[in-house]
Amino acid sequence: MSTATTSTRSAPTRRRRKDDTKLALLFIAPASFGLLVFLVWPLLTGLYYSLTEYTTLTPPSWVGLENYRRLLADPVFWNSLKVTVVYVAINIGVQTIVALVIAVLMQRLTQSTVLRSLVLAPYLVSNVVAAIVFLWILDTQLGIVNIFLQWVGFDPVSFWSSETWVIPTVALVNVWRHMGYTALLLFAGLQSIPTFLYEAARTEGAGEITMFRRITLPLLRPILALVLIMTIIGSFQVFDTVSVTTQGGPADASKVLQMYIYDKAFAQYEFGYASALSVALLVILMVITFAQYWMSRAGQSDLD
Amino acid sequence: MTTTTTQRDSAPVAGGPAPALRPRRTVPWGKIAAWAAMVIFLLITLFPFYWMLRTALSSNNALATDPGSLLPVGLNTGGFERVFGLQDVETAISQGGSGASINFWRYLLNSVLVATTITVVQTFSCAMAAYAFSRLRWRGRDLVFMIFLGSLMIPQIFTLLPNFILIKNLGLVDTLLGIMLPTLFISSFAIFFLRQFFNNVSREVEEAALIDGASKARVFFTLILPISSAPLATLALLTYMTAWNEYFWSLMVSYTDQSRVLTVALGVFRAQAPGTGPDWSGLMAATLVAAAPMLILFALFAKKIVNSIGFSGIK
Repeated sequence: MSTATTSTRSAPTRRRRKDDTKLALLFIAPASFGLLVFLVWPLLTGLYYSLTEYTTLTPPSWVGLENYRRLLADPVFWNSLKVTVVYVAINIGVQTIVALVIAVLMQRLTQSTVLRSLVLAPYLVSNVVAAIVFLWILDTQLGIVNIFLQWVGFDPVSFWSSETWVIPTVALVNVWRHMGYTALLLFAGLQSIPTFLYEAARTEGAGEITMFRRITLPLLRPILALVLIMTIIGSFQVFDTVSVTTQGGPADASKVLQMYIYDKAFAQYEFGYASALSVALLVILMVITFAQYWMSRAGQSDLD
Repeated sequence: MTTTTTQRDSAPVAGGPAPALRPRRTVPWGKIAAWAAMVIFLLITLFPFYWMLRTALSSNNALATDPGSLLPVGLNTGGFERVFGLQDVETAISQGGSGASINFWRYLLNSVLVATTITVVQTFSCAMAAYAFSRLRWRGRDLVFMIFLGSLMIPQIFTLLPNFILIKNLGLVDTLLGIMLPTLFISSFAIFFLRQFFNNVSREVEEAALIDGASKARVFFTLILPISSAPLATLALLTYMTAWNEYFWSLMVSYTDQSRVLTVALGVFRAQAPGTGPDWSGLMAATLVAAAPMLILFALFAKKIVNSIGFSGIK
């Protein structure tokens, strides 16, 4: 069927049935090349590398499940998993609540584009910029936050170099960068809630809190679920902030999974083991996605 | 104390049982409290930007003695001069810089090249694919589209290491092409985003052109692309932003100035702290300069970007 282009002119009446295979293949060629070479192929080779010992200097040698056996017995891996989970919990917990509050405030107060733009500003700078700025703002000796804490009468806090504080600090820095963006996503969801519901509720005498609990929250739930899936997956892949600020320290207290993977691959050249670690992360992310997808599906009945 | 008052007063305003009887002069405490909260959020959001500027315009020596001042201390532009390489080594060291040369213009050029190339090629490649998935008829279309969609599920981390090995085997480590390649042609999100839009373009215009004898390829280039300039621009902006801010992959691939982009250079700059402590003034000047292009771009297109963030952004 090589008549794709000619048939257009010769038989315009049969256009609807026409088969565009040739053109379609041409049109999807660049994207398919990218997909196959830089997404599908790495997926397969990544799995393969995780079953080998591979130092990049020598070709990979097959070791079967050895890397996974090692991983299960690796205290650093379990520690970094724990650190990552704590990070995600703080990051997502605070970020979702703050973003929800901002979104509701915007919904109830103003539709101003200027305000929404300002709220989005932190999202425009890179994680690296955010990290360096907060490295300075939260510096133990000269940081403005500690100056303020001392002025109020507290002891200065070593945000970046205390094992207790470092993960909450990284989590909150990333909340700063992402809260506006998340708020705008939720805000878009809020806009789909018809205003007459609020008007009706108000004539019934409902207060803001009641309206939030009985109207906003239930109707926002599908969007909230979607936003949660997205932000949690993103959150699990935290790296930039840690890499720029603490490199995983002090004493592995901020060694999140991606930091550990990067260390293994680029500081110790253990690509095989690093690949096994990323498979572990992939599995975790898949489990979370499916669990959340399933839960949001389960909750969808009362939403439309 | 103030909060309790506001809450007590806000209750009847927001949800009084008989709104008709409410006197019009009542102060809307609830609204004031809400605005106050909003202002606090804005302050938290914007303060770091001000602090960057304030520190960049201060001198390191003055910062050490008077770190709490809300205005620049020891006002000078030394930080910016060090970033742009306008200071000689002695002056730089005496002002608390590391004295190491930073090839800022090179990093800026690299960032611009990477972000621009990725944006142009990726947007175009994804627009073509989206058109094929939206308007062309061919066997296996839905199946192939599902595969593209499925690739959205692959987290970046998983492709980073194998891609690095691939780029290394191709001899492209430490080149700009090496940084660009993995995201040069594809973003499944972009394809999905544009396909949604193409689906909604009226078929009648297209049919008319086809009856006039135009080929589908021609229709795409002369009709569909111009009609879609708004979503294409939005997508391009988001792509540019992502490429500009990307760090992890560039960190893996670039080792020397020839391929170092701004984000990676900032990380290096931060790691070169002189013995006297970090050059905060220079660092803040550098972050400000690195963030400036995005902030300017955003200021120009804020409305477009802000309004584009919505369901299309998450589906």
